[in-house]
Amino acid sequence: MRSGHGIRWVVFWLLACVILFQCPAVAGEAALCAPGDTASIAPTVVQPSIFHPLSPPARQIESLAWLVMGICAGIFVIVEGLLVFSIVRFRRRSMESGEPVQLYGSNPIELAWTVVPLLIVFTLGLVTIRVIRDVERETPPEGALEVICIGHQWWWEYRYENPLSPQGEIVVANELHVPVGRPVWLRLESADVIHSWWVPSLAGKMDVVPNKTNHVWFVAEEPGLYLGQCAEYCGNQHAGMLLRVNATSPEEFDQWLSHQASKPVDEPAVAAGKSIFLELACSTCHTVAGVSDGAFAPDLTHLMSRATIASGVSPLNRQTLRSWIDDPQNMKPGCNMPSLKLTTDELDDVTAFLCTLK
Amino acid sequence: MTTPSTILAESSNRSVLERMHAWAVTVDHKKLGVMYILCGLVFFVIAGLEATLMRIQLIVPLNDVLTPQGFNQMFTMHGTTMVFLVGMPILLGAGNYLLPLMIGARDMAFPRLNAFGFWLFLFGGILLYFSWIGADGLYGSGGAPDVGWFAYSPLTSRTFSRGNSTDYWILGIMVSGFGSMTTAINFLATILCMRCPGMTMMRLPLLAWMMLVVAVLVLTAIPVLTAAQVMLLFDRTLGAHFFDPQQQGSAVLWQHLFWFFGHPEVYILILPPFGFISEIVPVFSRKVIFGYALMVAATVGIGFISLGVWAHHMFVVGLPPWLNALFAASTFLISVPTGIKIFNWLGTMWGGRIRFSTPMLFATGFLGMFIVGGLTGIMLAVVPLTHQLSDSYFVVGHFHFVLFGGTVFAIFAAIFYWYPKVTGRLMNERQGVWAFWILLLGFNLVFLPMHISGMLGMPRRIYTYQPGRGFEIWNLISTIGVPVQILGVGLIVWNMIRSLSRGAIAGNDPWDAWTLEWSTPSPPPEHNFDRIPTCTSARPLWDRKNPTDPDEHVE
Repeated sequence: MRSGHGIRWVVFWLLACVILFQCPAVAGEAALCAPGDTASIAPTVVQPSIFHPLSPPARQIESLAWLVMGICAGIFVIVEGLLVFSIVRFRRRSMESGEPVQLYGSNPIELAWTVVPLLIVFTLGLVTIRVIRDVERETPPEGALEVICIGHQWWWEYRYENPLSPQGEIVVANELHVPVGRPVWLRLESADVIHSWWVPSLAGKMDVVPNKTNHVWFVAEEPGLYLGQCAEYCGNQHAGMLLRVNATSPEEFDQWLSHQASKPVDEPAVAAGKSIFLELACSTCHTVAGVSDGAFAPDLTHLMSRATIASGVSPLNRQTLRSWIDDPQNMKPGCNMPSLKLTTDELDDVTAFLCTLK
Repeated sequence: MTTPSTILAESSNRSVLERMHAWAVTVDHKKLGVMYILCGLVFFVIAGLEATLMRIQLIVPLNDVLTPQGFNQMFTMHGTTMVFLVGMPILLGAGNYLLPLMIGARDMAFPRLNAFGFWLFLFGGILLYFSWIGADGLYGSGGAPDVGWFAYSPLTSRTFSRGNSTDYWILGIMVSGFGSMTTAINFLATILCMRCPGMTMMRLPLLAWMMLVVAVLVLTAIPVLTAAQVMLLFDRTLGAHFFDPQQQGSAVLWQHLFWFFGHPEVYILILPPFGFISEIVPVFSRKVIFGYALMVAATVGIGFISLGVWAHHMFVVGLPPWLNALFAASTFLISVPTGIKIFNWLGTMWGGRIRFSTPMLFATGFLGMFIVGGLTGIMLAVVPLTHQLSDSYFVVGHFHFVLFGGTVFAIFAAIFYWYPKVTGRLMNERQGVWAFWILLLGFNLVFLPMHISGMLGMPRRIYTYQPGRGFEIWNLISTIGVPVQILGVGLIVWNMIRSLSRGAIAGNDPWDAWTLEWSTPSPPPEHNFDRIPTCTSARPLWDRKNPTDPDEHVE
């Protein structure tokens, strides 16, 4: 009764899988980690890699990745091994003549290599569903910092709710700041085409789709600068739509937040640059709190508090800012900001004005 | 009498113009098949050059060989060309050539429809490439399409894609898509109605079975794409809002429609290669295919399931978790019949006396590479893992192992295998072996590193990347592999051209094979068979060659 044995084994396997994957320890609950002793550690740059997770969803995906790769590696070794063995063992030798024994098939063998793969993918299916339940949240984690993230061609806008600010919210561009150890719940929206928010060390990617609200969540476990970039083709400068997430201690984060809520200092020394900013097209697109309220392009209220310009394409300092204003198409060909063909003096004035927006 | 010297022999006493005219007006399935394949190979070279330019651009970070738009046009045209103008025509062309010969018919069911389909494909392809000249339109911005072969809305709307390049993409693909549909109708009618006496469905060569399922998939999937393209054309030219999120249209709707076509399309591109392998592996292992009935069942199973897996291309679009889980399950399920096929091929090789002539070398290469592509495919069915891997270079590596390591290797296996039937001459064996190993090396150099750069966080479709992120070395290796691959493909093309006049005379049946096409002269006469053959089993020629041990006793 060999087939009876087979059926018993299959049933046993199915039961074992179901029981195993109901057990939280196997899939690993998405434990929210406590903030570590963070103040003393200097922020480090975290390069994007799915094997360097520093956030619960990314961690869970990494351990899942090792499990799945392990299973696939096992299958790979067995099947490629069989292939190589057949190539070596059954290659025609010169002394052989005539045709080999014709074997038309074998029901038990064919049944075996139908059922065994079924069991393997059944197992993988259960693991998948288990981890989907933890990673794809539909409600924010408890105590989460909620931030709205809006994808634009080709930059990111972040909006924090904040009572200190006159508008009730703080708008920044391209550089997301989050406190270490606190869950972050990003609400993803798009102003134009589809983008995708992907910082591999923090979480898997999620598309940013116009007229559809998606969410992504993570908890930065260590302070540092987490890198990533847009992962859905969104036009010319898809490659120039970089992501930067600054995770700092909660105190530093609060400081940063209250600074962003403040109005920029109005310096009379740069009035010339300010009037050029207002008279030319700049103010149609860019907001500077108390000066202009354009909405198409990044908010510049605290421009100089950022480390980069052009969505992370270049570091931000007086020289790069000046050459960016001179001809944005040079630094980021195809981007939506035109060159306004400013004279050298105008360029200096505008740059001086923008440099006061600390 | 046909002399087996060249394919043009029968008309060699006519002028060039007369011969060209004969090809242009032909309704012969063999000539049409050859034209399909030759045009497909020309587009293959063009798409290969586009890929080469992309790899040159990506050899170092922040390179500026191509402009961003130039790069985006390259991957759009490369993908579109490879899928619609290389993969489909070569595979459907092979079906065109082989089906009537394999099932013992004199031609396809509808020869003139067949010719119509071919010219639609060719002019659709030319229309797509004409965009480089014509798409500037009134706006002065244009050139070739740059919206990706998947053309996600709303990037394809007038707002974000000015000029007429996207319209060229729509119309070119739509025209060649109609060609594919007519071919599919023809395949269905031919396979179902034109089989020679004795050839029951369960005696059909496996390639014909796969082509039958492909025809069903083409007829199911391509009309959906065509409809979606018409809707997009309405959006772009008549002010409709199907895919316009600003007017409550849906960007996600396009993705559903596109991938409802797009995933069956993957099986349209891999099932005929499965058919080639199912013909080649038994002949060179000298054994009957292991588990014929299960192979047929697995093929039909793949056909069915492939219509229900499309949303696995959309795991990061933000569909509800239960829907993602459902599509993960169907995707896992489709790996089972695919696995069955691989095991049945291995079962066929097991205990055989395998001759490693070039067709079998490429078929073995197919097996080795396709297994890798299949396994990374299983990884990509794991939804949370795909949250990381989707739209990364890992996916590029994955589907090139399926479509290059799989489809293209199988196409080369088929070319080496059937070339003597088509031309009457054998291809050079030694050059073929060299080409195989060079191509295998080049292929792995180009596409293996992509798995790693993808896992390190490199997204697809970026025209350049930032230094210091760990992408450099993997991109460098990929690009180094390109000339190796070009050398391999070049050797094969050279071999094809040279063997046309210098190859050894093949005779009717150089591989000692078992299906009906090997019972006709090489090249076959216009009417294929002097007398319509009869068929006693799935291996009619085996029965004739081994009268003491025929298959018909086994059935």
